[in-house]
Amino acid sequence: MDAVAYASWLFIVSLGMTLVFGVLKILNMAHGSIYAIGAYAAATAVSLAVSLGLPPAFSLVAMLLSAVAVAVTVGPLLERGLLARYYGRDEVVLLLVTYALFLMLEDVTKLVWGVNPYYVSEPAQLFGNVLFAGMRIGGYDLFLVGLAAVCGLITWYVLNRTTSGKIVLAVIHNPEMSASMGVNIQRVYVVAFTVGVFLAALGGAFTAPMISVQPGLSVSVIIISFAVVIIGGLGSIQGAAVGALVVGAARSLAVHLMPEIELFSIYLVMAAVLIFRPEGLFQSVKARLI
Amino acid sequence: MFSSKSKGNTRYRLLSMLAAAGVLTLAGAAQAEETFKLGVVTFLSGPAAESFGVPAANAAKLMVEQFNKATAPAPYNKPGFGGMKIEMVLVDENGGGAKQVQELRNLYQRENVDAVIGYVGSGDCLAVAPVADELKKFLVLFDCGSPRIFEDASPKYVFRTASHAAMDNVSLVRYLKAHNVKVNTMNLINQDYAWGLDSRADFLAGMANAYPQAKMGADLLPKFGAGQYGTEVSVLGGKQADITYSSLWGGDLQGFLLQGAARGLFKDTTLVLSAADHVLPGLLDKMPDGSIIGARGAYGILSAKSPINDWFQASYQSMHKALPVQAGYRMTQAFMGVKMAVESAMAKNGGKKPTPEQIAEAMRNSTFDTPGGQIRMALGDGHQAIQGTAIGKTKYDAASKRVLAVDVQTFGAECVNPPANMKSMDWIKAGFPGAKCN
Repeated sequence: MDAVAYASWLFIVSLGMTLVFGVLKILNMAHGSIYAIGAYAAATAVSLAVSLGLPPAFSLVAMLLSAVAVAVTVGPLLERGLLARYYGRDEVVLLLVTYALFLMLEDVTKLVWGVNPYYVSEPAQLFGNVLFAGMRIGGYDLFLVGLAAVCGLITWYVLNRTTSGKIVLAVIHNPEMSASMGVNIQRVYVVAFTVGVFLAALGGAFTAPMISVQPGLSVSVIIISFAVVIIGGLGSIQGAAVGALVVGAARSLAVHLMPEIELFSIYLVMAAVLIFRPEGLFQSVKARLI
Repeated sequence: MFSSKSKGNTRYRLLSMLAAAGVLTLAGAAQAEETFKLGVVTFLSGPAAESFGVPAANAAKLMVEQFNKATAPAPYNKPGFGGMKIEMVLVDENGGGAKQVQELRNLYQRENVDAVIGYVGSGDCLAVAPVADELKKFLVLFDCGSPRIFEDASPKYVFRTASHAAMDNVSLVRYLKAHNVKVNTMNLINQDYAWGLDSRADFLAGMANAYPQAKMGADLLPKFGAGQYGTEVSVLGGKQADITYSSLWGGDLQGFLLQGAARGLFKDTTLVLSAADHVLPGLLDKMPDGSIIGARGAYGILSAKSPINDWFQASYQSMHKALPVQAGYRMTQAFMGVKMAVESAMAKNGGKKPTPEQIAEAMRNSTFDTPGGQIRMALGDGHQAIQGTAIGKTKYDAASKRVLAVDVQTFGAECVNPPANMKSMDWIKAGFPGAKCN
């Protein structure tokens, strides 16, 4: 259960990262910063909801709305205002641009929200805990498992069962050919990046009730998310799900059986996957387009 | 009547006095205009900023203002440092040891600071101490806890104005024993880096003396900044123990407490936390009542009432709209130590700006009073401070909306710090020989 709960959180965050890489071929280092902004925005929204005397359940809606607000403001702004200027350059340049963005957003969050922590545990308290096999399981953890499943299913459905999704898949497969067929690539890029931002912000927003929201959130998230998407295969949604489960299981087993190798266990699994499947579990070798 | 000779002598004396007065006035004016440039290094960003770095920076700003305006109480009521206006250069500690080494060189060699007060991270302290000695520049470590700095080396220009971390865990063990807390089983959760591992080792060594029968349950070492403690809470919940010890701090401690409380983890175990005062103002009723906490000194809600502490708390609250927590206290005692050392050195050198050697000589083996109690530079050949500390239990007061400390016990410096001739771990393992506890 610990592994599934941890994997659910990881999956929500990693899903956005892998989607952005799949469509835009950008390994977005600023993904963790957007996660942090989502957490801060949710903390502000929940505090506001509580101060207005709104019903406790509304705090869940407030968190969702805050993630949407972050996505629609930050997503298009960053994609159109910054990243679009670097398309066509080497992927390393884009990696460095997002790294610079990561550093800047760290300071932006401090400028906007300060350095003092925010606590918004009210949404988590709504769910209480349940007794399972003699152990208390947090109801909010179970809720996050459901949320992750919903995010994964919606993303899968949209990509595989809708026309818009098929257009996105076409762009992932071959952007030049898609453009020649009349696909508005720019729009796909904006939408895909905004959805990626939404998923990062959603991860942050729904993590906020479990933690103290304060500077430094983004670093640990980005590192562990990289491990997930590399294990699963960069750009693969199924890969992100399996990668999150693998990382969650490795970490939980280590904490239960050998706590001193907790961190090592995650990277051991990643190294093992890369030895046998350098492209990740769900990514096949692709022929280079000339 | 004056003779001509005596008239001449009198005129000569008058002229001499006028000349001397003029020189003194000019010297005074020069001194009044002279500044003491002070580098201050603490976390202004990153995970340690909120808990330690910014409260410490806030205290530094307060000290600069109060000292420059000469509004601090005696014996700190002279303007600036010995009449020299303090000019602070504030530097972010975030970025790791290698960066801090370069930043420290910049402070001394480019900014030409006269002294540096700084460093929260033990790794940073270990990295920068040799640099100060190499450059023969005065450095005061204000916060980091590693005993190794003065137990494994003897830097000449480096001082630490706060006790090292052994005190925190020895006092916790003594508190458990003094209050007859039953400990047959114990769980541990500490971060997997220098601070967490050193704290764990000190606590276990102390418990081996005080509670030899106590059995270990879970012994967890999550990474620094883990954030998610679901699995750890499951493991701890699965191994019920009389106490759960932790040296977690900042966001990690807050996250652990929130997630543990949500799953009822702390209903059947007593939390024993070595450095928890700084999370109380934010957690409020989310902090489990009855938790045994330390603050790495008699600080904040564990501090004793005294005129200097009242002044510090009131002026800090006035400037920063919050009560000071441990890092603010430690920064304050570093400032006070430097002020006393500079002014003591100036008293011996005719009122000139002292050299790093003169400041170091004045600080060695010095004693000074601070809001957190008396500081004695008693270890490490007079370079490492010892101080008293306090441990208490938490109780949320709904009326004042504050977490209060109850059953507070104070410990004298020589009760919870090793003697000068022993390393801290040897002293703990040997059962605290020579400790003076009243």
